Amino acid sequence: MTKDTFKVKVGLAEMLKGGVIMDVTNVEQAKIAEDAGAVSVMALERIPSDIRKDGGVARMSNPHMIKEIQDNVSIPVMAKCRIGHFAEAQILEALEVDFIDESEVLTMADEHFHVDKHPFKVPFVCGARNLGEALRRVHEGAALIRTKGEAGSGNIVEAVRHMKMITSQINELKSADLSKKAEEYRVPLELIEQVAKNQKLPVPNFAAGGIATPADASLMMQLGAETVFVGSGIFKSQDPSERAHAIVKSVAHYHNAKDVLVASYDLKDAMKGILMSDIPEEEKFSNRGD
Amino acid sequence: MIGVLALQGNFQSHLNILEKINLESLQVKSVKDLDRISGLIIPGGESTTMSKLLDNSNFVSEIKEFAKNNPILGSCAGAIIMSRNSFDERVLNLGLLDIEIDRNAYGRQVFSFSDKIQVIDGKNKSLCEVLFIRAPKIISVGNDCSVFALRNDEIIGVRQGKHFAITCHPELMHETKIHEMCFKSN
Repeated sequence: MTKDTFKVKVGLAEMLKGGVIMDVTNVEQAKIAEDAGAVSVMALERIPSDIRKDGGVARMSNPHMIKEIQDNVSIPVMAKCRIGHFAEAQILEALEVDFIDESEVLTMADEHFHVDKHPFKVPFVCGARNLGEALRRVHEGAALIRTKGEAGSGNIVEAVRHMKMITSQINELKSADLSKKAEEYRVPLELIEQVAKNQKLPVPNFAAGGIATPADASLMMQLGAETVFVGSGIFKSQDPSERAHAIVKSVAHYHNAKDVLVASYDLKDAMKGILMSDIPEEEKFSNRGD
Repeated sequence: MIGVLALQGNFQSHLNILEKINLESLQVKSVKDLDRISGLIIPGGESTTMSKLLDNSNFVSEIKEFAKNNPILGSCAGAIIMSRNSFDERVLNLGLLDIEIDRNAYGRQVFSFSDKIQVIDGKNKSLCEVLFIRAPKIISVGNDCSVFALRNDEIIGVRQGKHFAITCHPELMHETKIHEMCFKSN
């Protein structure tokens, strides 16, 4: 029996497909998320839109708060560590979280290196804006990739950009010089060859960053996302429980506009959202980590 | 044609296995899809999520009706949903197999693992590589059931009539044996 193979880590990502992973900051929200049909919750002290507003250093959440959520829901519980902060990751593994998000939403701990994720038993998810970034993270041991989008913005434009970029760069590999691409993306040739052949990432590919409505979720699924993360979009809206239910239904039936319509019908206002032009470059979460 | 319930979970890997053993397949997203198929797979995923989505779309009575004449294979969350009882009000149990099952019984993801299991097909026994992902455990088996998969001495696969339930994931290791038993020689 083995416990630590890469396939076991990717196995959990496989189970999360076709679902919604919701940011929650306390037990009550976690229960609302589970009751709405979330496949997993991301336990964190402050959701991205509040991190953006509050400023200061954003770190791994208080383990006590994560533990309380673990004790109260049966679905997998994820938590975030800072980019490169392998000690935070070790603590989260000791806490037995089900997935670690090495996240650009938190303040970076290492400006040059991400966590070496291979030695961990717990799987990691990492954000990416393009194929090179996605494959560098996979090479470091990430079992799941998500778009970075722009967390806490309520604006889907960056997630769309990142998902389309990854898709088109995978397509480009059909006719590209693969060894040049391996050099450009700073990853081994075998990894590039595998992606060129299969025409998909070696691990599941989810969407995150700016998803606020059932239509946003459907859009990302139709663009090729296999599951969506919803951060501030649910608990910053006027009707978190209804919106959570609606987004779950929209992801399950994203191919059928009538189902998405029915799910959207009675919702109140979504979170307000921010224009990308109103976020200074140095304050964009998605620029953190490469 | 064999359907794979495609509301949530790893339905795509089951579709790949069906293609590998030359069976036509269909993603089952709504009740009317059941009319087109002669067998169904309930895949792994989150059993709470699948329960919610099944309950919302009056699938329950239709799947029970379908099960009277057609085989159903459940893997992991699918096995939980097919069972008689999983002791959790958040989860739906269709009672297609007389088994009781305990959710996430090995612990959280850090206790997930890969292993070889023994698959029993009549007099033939073979080994199969599988993944156990936050897997459930079968804790009781009714008299009308028979065991078709073991991990050492532990019962991990049970059949009753046409229906099969297994607590792990052969499909993620590209194993076809169990799908063949359920849909080709059943």
